[in-house]
Amino acid sequence: MAEKKLAIIATKGSFDWAYPPFILASTAAALGYEVQIFCTFYGLQLLRKKMDLKVTSIGNPGMPMPMPMPVLVQALPGMQSMMTMMMKQKMKSKGVASLEELRELCLEAEVKLIACQMTVDLFEFSSDDFLDGIEYGGAATFFEFAGESDICLFI
Amino acid sequence: MANFDQELDASGLNCPLPILRAKKALGGMSAGQVLHIIATDPGAVKDFEAFAKQTGNELTESHEEGGKFYFFMKKG
Repeated sequence: MAEKKLAIIATKGSFDWAYPPFILASTAAALGYEVQIFCTFYGLQLLRKKMDLKVTSIGNPGMPMPMPMPVLVQALPGMQSMMTMMMKQKMKSKGVASLEELRELCLEAEVKLIACQMTVDLFEFSSDDFLDGIEYGGAATFFEFAGESDICLFI
Repeated sequence: MANFDQELDASGLNCPLPILRAKKALGGMSAGQVLHIIATDPGAVKDFEAFAKQTGNELTESHEEGGKFYFFMKKG
């Protein structure tokens, strides 16, 4: 059986939305898939040497809250950091892997990470901001792999 | 209880960690050897079936006892 391929475009840079690409990529790799994650726009945050991602309830009415809270209160200074901290604690207590752990597992499994060159330039990032050993490319680079993929996800 | 060559306690770990740890453990074993996995994540039941189907390893036994899930995975 030829190796199956999974192509992911990661576009989100919040703490919660960083999970799906890393969970799916690491699991697919464990199942024998060859995997690439193409990170563009806010998805570039997934490639930073030190991920400092936050979760926010603003504009996200689906996020379960420990207590009812008016939107304006959610917008107060410090709330985002507090929610991120609470989410991390909850995840830890439920045995959910940390993003760092999942990313490490992806790298171990040779998941290929690609930074979108256009958005790297747009946000004036430098390659020093990102993990060593990642690749840089554009839309055509993505399609080279995605065109042969069995599964292709936009996250 | 069936015999096994190696044991992996994935208790307290949530998706996808039990699968990833199992994959790693199986990587260090030889064909025909059996890995005994203990998990508490209820999602692991279906996930280990799916893992076996897709990787050519054989899930020879899967049962629940006292809130824990036990799996025997024979390396293919």
